[in-house]
Amino acid sequence: MKFLRDLLDKQKPLFQKGGKLENLYYLYEAGETFLFSPKHTTAPRGAQVKDAIDLKRMMITVVIAMVPCLLFGIYNTGHMHYLAVGEAASFGDKFILGLTLVLPIVIVAYAAGGLVEATFAVVRKHPINEGFLVTGMLIPLVVPATTPLWQVALATIFAVVIAKEVFGGTGMNILNVAMTARAFLYFAYPAQISGDQVWTYLGDKTPVDGFSGATALSVAYQSGQEGVDAASNLASHNSAIMDNMFGFANMFFGFIPGSIGETSTLMVLLGAAILLFTGVASWKIMLSAFGGAYIMAAIMQLLAVNEFMAMPAHYHLVMGGIAFGIVFMATDPVSAAQTESGKWVYGLLIGVLTIIIRVTNPAYPEGIMLAVLFMNVFAPLIDHYVVKANKKRRLQRATV
Amino acid sequence: MSKQIKLKKGFDIRLVGKAEKKIGDFQPVKTFAIKPTDFIGMRRPKVIVREGDTVKAGSPILFDKKLEKVQYVAPVSGEIVEIKRGEKRKLLEIKILADSEINFENFERFTEADIAAASREKLVDHMTATGVWPQIIQRPYGVVADPEDEPKNIFISCFDTHPLAPDYDFLLKGQANYFQAGINVLKKLTKGSVFLGLSGESKSSEMASIQGVETNYFSGPHPAGNVGVQIHHIAPINKGETVWTLNPYGVVQIGKLFTNGHYDASKLIALTGSEIKTPVYAQTYIGSCVDSYVAGNTNSDNVRVVSGNVLTGEKIKRDGYLGFYDHQLTTIPEGDYYEFLGWMKPTTEKLSYHKALGLLSFLHPKKEYALDSNVRGEERAFVQTGVFESVTPMDIYPVYLLKAIMAEDFDEMEELGIYEVIEEDLALCEFVDVSKHPVQEIVRKGIELIQFS
Repeated sequence: MKFLRDLLDKQKPLFQKGGKLENLYYLYEAGETFLFSPKHTTAPRGAQVKDAIDLKRMMITVVIAMVPCLLFGIYNTGHMHYLAVGEAASFGDKFILGLTLVLPIVIVAYAAGGLVEATFAVVRKHPINEGFLVTGMLIPLVVPATTPLWQVALATIFAVVIAKEVFGGTGMNILNVAMTARAFLYFAYPAQISGDQVWTYLGDKTPVDGFSGATALSVAYQSGQEGVDAASNLASHNSAIMDNMFGFANMFFGFIPGSIGETSTLMVLLGAAILLFTGVASWKIMLSAFGGAYIMAAIMQLLAVNEFMAMPAHYHLVMGGIAFGIVFMATDPVSAAQTESGKWVYGLLIGVLTIIIRVTNPAYPEGIMLAVLFMNVFAPLIDHYVVKANKKRRLQRATV
Repeated sequence: MSKQIKLKKGFDIRLVGKAEKKIGDFQPVKTFAIKPTDFIGMRRPKVIVREGDTVKAGSPILFDKKLEKVQYVAPVSGEIVEIKRGEKRKLLEIKILADSEINFENFERFTEADIAAASREKLVDHMTATGVWPQIIQRPYGVVADPEDEPKNIFISCFDTHPLAPDYDFLLKGQANYFQAGINVLKKLTKGSVFLGLSGESKSSEMASIQGVETNYFSGPHPAGNVGVQIHHIAPINKGETVWTLNPYGVVQIGKLFTNGHYDASKLIALTGSEIKTPVYAQTYIGSCVDSYVAGNTNSDNVRVVSGNVLTGEKIKRDGYLGFYDHQLTTIPEGDYYEFLGWMKPTTEKLSYHKALGLLSFLHPKKEYALDSNVRGEERAFVQTGVFESVTPMDIYPVYLLKAIMAEDFDEMEELGIYEVIEEDLALCEFVDVSKHPVQEIVRKGIELIQFS
């Protein structure tokens, strides 16, 4: 390591004040602090020792928590392809095909976002923030594997600039950055991120007879329209390629079409376990959001006027991206409610809104994206009232 | 009516090098210094001695032109050897070369009946003239109390939960009668009550038998011993109110002054931390040079010597002077080194309140750590939420308060509770902060904004 350290120390003067490349100091700094924790010591007054945590470590924890979803997503992309075209393939074949589709998306998202981050850091003279480590991984996981790479790049750039940098960078943003990227794609290029054709990669092959590329949510929605029992309609769907594909168990395990990282509730829960164990994400938000979704789905079931509403409430929790959205995006500490009691309200409303949008709005088969963005906007309001209650307690005390 | 208050929020920083309960043998300390910078809020310090003057223990040497009545006195008798000034002639230290035998200024003595009979004004005048007054700290602001004020209540916390803090039962052993005399004086200064905060964990304290006070018991992790936290749970400070706080040492000092007629600045200090060879207690006086304790007594040369504890203390030189209010010296390794991939390396050697990837200290909740002064990361914007609240056992939203201070929003600061905190109450936030904010510096900035607005 001495060699690396010497190399860095040798280059340092170039980037420091007065050096030829002083404008690029923060790029150098990002590289240097990635390799070596800095040797700064604490100020003469105040806390003389510090906790071992820093933002880099916190963010890498979130990235690690997403790895199960990523790996499963890669496999499932290949798995879905071979199912759809009716060819038998080994685990390795499926994984490699998935890799060739997913890896470029991940690389493009990191490269495009990283470029924006670096540009802003250099121009605005602030350190490169680690928040992008998470955003760059989230964006690939919430788009279909068939998304054109240029759209991934465009959406990432849009989201990082408009949702984050214009507000001042990581920590200052109002909206979840990755969700903004997805919303951008959804409204700008709906043909590539909605409908029945985009979720399964077919390549130049033709699918088997009777293949349907529809997602579980759109099948459930159709059941409502056609007045057939949703659960059995789901169970019998796509029997040409797989028995009981949209049965509860299979949807839980995730061998279904959908965005790359969202399909497997099991893998999401694995990630959730990592986030909760390490304390990086709020259990209050997760619990209240899942609870809110389940309660709302149960209410829908009670009030059912069509077959979609009558679908068993627990189905909602394994369909679509709700689990992924709650675990990885609703819990983003910056855009979520920041007070502990606010987090309950915030999570609950995300769950409730997701189901309302799913069930009652024909234009949006999935509701988690809009629910999270909507509640991101309302989070400061929730906090405002929680903090106001605190101020009021203080004020009342003063008059007694 | 004593209350038992159990606090859940907080965090104990367990460090290596707790002082053994015995008094060590050291070379006698030669020089002592009074540092005006120890008195936060002292705005216009004025020295009234010159280099070469001789003083007795209790002779006035300094005052604040903004609070002229309050005299700051020499802790020991001897010769003023140096009046050290820094940049722009800022007054830094008044150094005294101590006599081998301490000579005291003789002040009036009071019996218990005298104290009871004396007017409040007389007691205040006596205290301000003899050097014990700076032991009284007022809240809000955490500055030396103004003798013109009358506090709503007086609070004394009789235990310290800071990392490696000295055991006050040991520091105050056999001084209960002086403590009682001090309480008798303080009781006359307020129409309210004098509150003692005792540790709920050890109930053998001599302080439990003190008369004329309201005693409450606090248990839980740090900052349960902080007087600010105790005030918050007993009778919180509201806008426009003033309360006074004292360290038990100050109460004893006041008691000695009234009983013996001397300004007695002798104190026991704890020598602590992973880098000191002999972690024991030492008998000395206020403003002691630490040279005698540190020289040849540390495990390495690259050591940071801290006056006070690692949460709220101040870095001093190896031949520097202990702070006026400190009863503890902490030695930690300097952390001025690079660490390859230090931000992701799994570690059991570094303490963390968090459990993020690779931070394994939670596996050993009883382990004692040898932490160094490395910042362990870089400063960032606030990202993680809920952590400050979980180490602050007060009904306060620290992040909102800090943001209000940064934005210099006076109304918000008041509404969010700036009057209830000083640096030490939010010091744990500075330790656990993912984004490495200088929390205590921000708090002081807020207090000064409010104080002088």
